[in-house]
Amino acid sequence: MAGFPPAFLSSTSNSFVELARSLAPEALPHPSTRDLAEASPDGTTIICFRTASGILMAGDRRATIGNLIASHSMEKVKAADDFSVIGIAGTAGVALDLIRLFQLELEHYEKIEGARLSLNGKANRLAAMLRGNLGLAMQGLSVVPLFAGVDDSTPHGQIFSFDVTGGKYEEHRFHSIGSGSGFARGALKKLWRADLDTSSAISVAVEALFDASDDDSATGGPDFVRQIAPTIVTVDLENGVTEIDSATVLDTATEVVARRTAAAR
Amino acid sequence: MSQAPFYVSPEQLMKDRADFARKGIARGRSVVVMRFDEGILLLAENPSPTLHKIAEIYDRIGFAAVGKYNEFETLRQAGVRYADLRGYSYDRTDVTARGLTNAYAQTLAGVFTTESKPFEVELVVAELGAAPDSDQLYRLSYDGSVIDETEHVAIGGQADAVTASLAGVRSSQMTLREVFNHGVAALGSATQATLATDALEAAVLDRTTTKQRTFRRLDDAAMSGLRED
Repeated sequence: MAGFPPAFLSSTSNSFVELARSLAPEALPHPSTRDLAEASPDGTTIICFRTASGILMAGDRRATIGNLIASHSMEKVKAADDFSVIGIAGTAGVALDLIRLFQLELEHYEKIEGARLSLNGKANRLAAMLRGNLGLAMQGLSVVPLFAGVDDSTPHGQIFSFDVTGGKYEEHRFHSIGSGSGFARGALKKLWRADLDTSSAISVAVEALFDASDDDSATGGPDFVRQIAPTIVTVDLENGVTEIDSATVLDTATEVVARRTAAAR
Repeated sequence: MSQAPFYVSPEQLMKDRADFARKGIARGRSVVVMRFDEGILLLAENPSPTLHKIAEIYDRIGFAAVGKYNEFETLRQAGVRYADLRGYSYDRTDVTARGLTNAYAQTLAGVFTTESKPFEVELVVAELGAAPDSDQLYRLSYDGSVIDETEHVAIGGQADAVTASLAGVRSSQMTLREVFNHGVAALGSATQATLATDALEAAVLDRTTTKQRTFRRLDDAAMSGLRED
């Protein structure tokens, strides 16, 4: 019989990953037999913290292969759905695939079930997908996401960090991942407050990423030549996911640079 | 007396199956899908707030159904699986209503001729075009036959009455408010009843949104705001 494959009509799963694994495994990322870690772009700093109204997540735009810069404009922080964001550090190709797959996993569940997953449900689903990627992680193609969002039962938001084995940990104030995360976290320890409004939160995010790019070669700073700003995304229950436009972020970066230049004189 | 030969002509067999499916569908209430100037409205008479007759399949594709709930729910989920897998394997823009409609038509036709009982459903697949003149409306019957419509399409028990009361309505030139009221009036006149807002289910595919997914449900408050009767 032509038309839908029988599995489309008989499946009871609401997971896109399970569907794709059974019907189109070639479309999913899979381990190869070669060691690819040396040839794949990686490196990053992603930061995430609570604000007065919800969550802010930000990431730089650089990808590196060894000592070369592979990309100046990679987007590593993305909306996972209308009320959550995901940022990924690690091997770029696997990271982007995982983001795309995770976005689709949430959308697929929402359409099949007619309701959104809870925030904890989304985080657990992401942890399961990381466990499924363990074969890749063993080859050095590891990816570590940072996931955050809001839902009706947690209107002020939650932040989750993960490890390559799928371990899931809730972070209560701020967190950072990637090669420059130590420097960014140092900055956040001094700058973060619980009551940051949106504009001061953007300023804190730019400062923390600036510190990371200052000392980590795999993290890019604001690029005034190409007009490339770090990605900054906020989430709150009222407006959902909002990406701050790059002109605003570059303006804030200009202020930060001016302030630091003045301080260094 | 010898046994009569056990033979049913193909014409009779198909007619019996069609009558059976039509009877099942006639028991249900109607759904109407109408183009308006900035999108496509999907409107159903449906007292249940949770068992939907209208649903999102993909970014610009909506789905409406009448008939047996478990059967059209299976078909809806198959459509979501088809669209998501295709969009992931190729690109989101490669998921089209025409491809989906073909898959539905083949499945419905296959079940109609080979299974012990046909699906007692009628479907509409609607695709929102980038420009108004590329909107697409497909009506699918229980036997897999497909008709494409230009302005509006009704399915269900009173489909003919709904279509008759919408005759001559150029809905694609009208606003959402006008089209919504035309739709409510048409559904009401087909059943000779006034429809309460909470007995309606509505959604739009919205051409003006900046989001990737254009499907948006209208809740009771939004529907009350649009109603003029």
